[in-house]
Amino acid sequence: MSNIIEIKNIYKTFPNGVEALKDVTLDVLKGEVVVVIGASGSGKSTLLRTLNQLETVDKGKIIIDGIEVTNPKTKLTAIRSEIGMVFQHFNLFPHLTVLENVTLAQIIVKKRNKQEAEEIAMELLNKVGIADKSGVYPTQLSGGQQQRVAIARALAMKPKIMLFDEATSALDPEMVGEVLDVMKSLAKEGMTMVVVTHEMGFAKEVSERIVFMDHGQIVEIGTPETVFTNAKSERLRQFLSQIL
Amino acid sequence: MSTKKNALLWNIAYVIVIIGIGYFIYVSSSKVNYIWRWKNVPSFIVYKAHIDIDSPVKGIVQDYKDHKLYIKTLDGKIKIIKVEHPEVKKGDVVDTTDELGYNEKYKSGPLLMGLFMTLKISFFAIIVAVIIGLVTGLMRISSNPLLKNMAITYIELIRGTPLLVQIFIFYFFIGTVFHLDRLVAGVGALAVFEGAYIAEIIRAGIQSIDKGQREAAISLGMNYYQLMKHIIMPQAIKRTLPATAGQFISLIKDSSLVSVISITDLTKAGREIITSTFSPFEIWFTVAFMYLVLTYTLSLFTQYLERRMAKGE
Repeated sequence: MSNIIEIKNIYKTFPNGVEALKDVTLDVLKGEVVVVIGASGSGKSTLLRTLNQLETVDKGKIIIDGIEVTNPKTKLTAIRSEIGMVFQHFNLFPHLTVLENVTLAQIIVKKRNKQEAEEIAMELLNKVGIADKSGVYPTQLSGGQQQRVAIARALAMKPKIMLFDEATSALDPEMVGEVLDVMKSLAKEGMTMVVVTHEMGFAKEVSERIVFMDHGQIVEIGTPETVFTNAKSERLRQFLSQIL
Repeated sequence: MSTKKNALLWNIAYVIVIIGIGYFIYVSSSKVNYIWRWKNVPSFIVYKAHIDIDSPVKGIVQDYKDHKLYIKTLDGKIKIIKVEHPEVKKGDVVDTTDELGYNEKYKSGPLLMGLFMTLKISFFAIIVAVIIGLVTGLMRISSNPLLKNMAITYIELIRGTPLLVQIFIFYFFIGTVFHLDRLVAGVGALAVFEGAYIAEIIRAGIQSIDKGQREAAISLGMNYYQLMKHIIMPQAIKRTLPATAGQFISLIKDSSLVSVISITDLTKAGREIITSTFSPFEIWFTVAFMYLVLTYTLSLFTQYLERRMAKGE
């Protein structure tokens, strides 16, 4: 299998002087599910956000599906539409209905006609179990429902990669499961996923590889078994003992 | 229940206070030596005009019924002419251009004409001001220093000088250089002035939108234009609607200042009437009331819009 994401020696320092990423290198295979863990401030969200260039990098290269996104000449809109992103705070468009949230980018970015876009949207809303709410506005939904709509919105672009940025962190505990279930079924279908999460159960069950970050660096990469039962670094063991 | 009862009492108190103030104004105004001529005022808004009707033909008046004159012409045909108040009788011989009588027609008085002018100026100024405000507001938050500094300079210049002075500059300087009609100069000055305020409102509105909205939109592949058009502006406009409407109301009121460059708006119409009638009290009260009708209508309309747009949030 080939690498769909290649991250080569990237660095990122924020204007306030915080070094968020220091010489990070990581490859992700097509169809692979990679979970990134680490304490808050370890740079894991920043790493995820550099993949679709919501954050630029100071140094290094990121190649997505053969296209170097860190090259300033690359047109980002096309490649961004191939990378779905799910945010901690859902970021649904509050002035649009659930259905419009899922169809808008299909129509204006992918240039699908309205009918086709709506068919795709309803199919995906069905898949995430929220088709009956297609006509309501996001604020009328619970957090878990909103996040599932956000996943459907990202999937509607038929992305090659899905990024999850702490997708369950802002949810009430009883709603975490419904979102994780959607993510699990996506993983089973063979979607390439990079997931930043604190849900160790999900990491154990679904991921092929776990990446542990600390202070802007990748400290350890391994399968769930090695990471959870046989961590090499002291920092990872310490992190796991705090979180588990 | 008791709070409801209290509210009713306070509302009654409000009505009493208003009546009291009205009575105080009445009493104090009756002490000055001033003759109120309210009955003249309506004719400055609408009046009945006499329109003389001249005979288009030569002939003899045959009959008058249903406000119509029947005139038999020399070649025997009957000509029917609508005249509400005839000044000729049956059997009269009329020549072409002889006056047959007059019709009455309602015509706009100077105050109503002035009101239309104020509406016209405000309408065009609002449109131009919104365009200027949108463009400048977007320039103001641009990362390009040229655009940003241009916007800041414009906003600071306009907000730091009085509108009256700007109108004079616009009319006497810019208007002379570019041969602008006084109406264009008036609308231009108002639009440029209010545009600066609208720009700041729009800037604040855009900046108030959560940055997650932008991130979600661009991560779906939207470009800057699509992001602004479909995601940011609809939310920003909704959020700034009350402030924008307030600015429109300001614009309508500020438009009274263009009367200084001889545009016969509501204020100038009022001044002209006063010079011929010497009834300043009635006219100014009427002018104020007419402005209030405009601004209050706009305010009601905005409240309706806000209620309609409130869905979904």
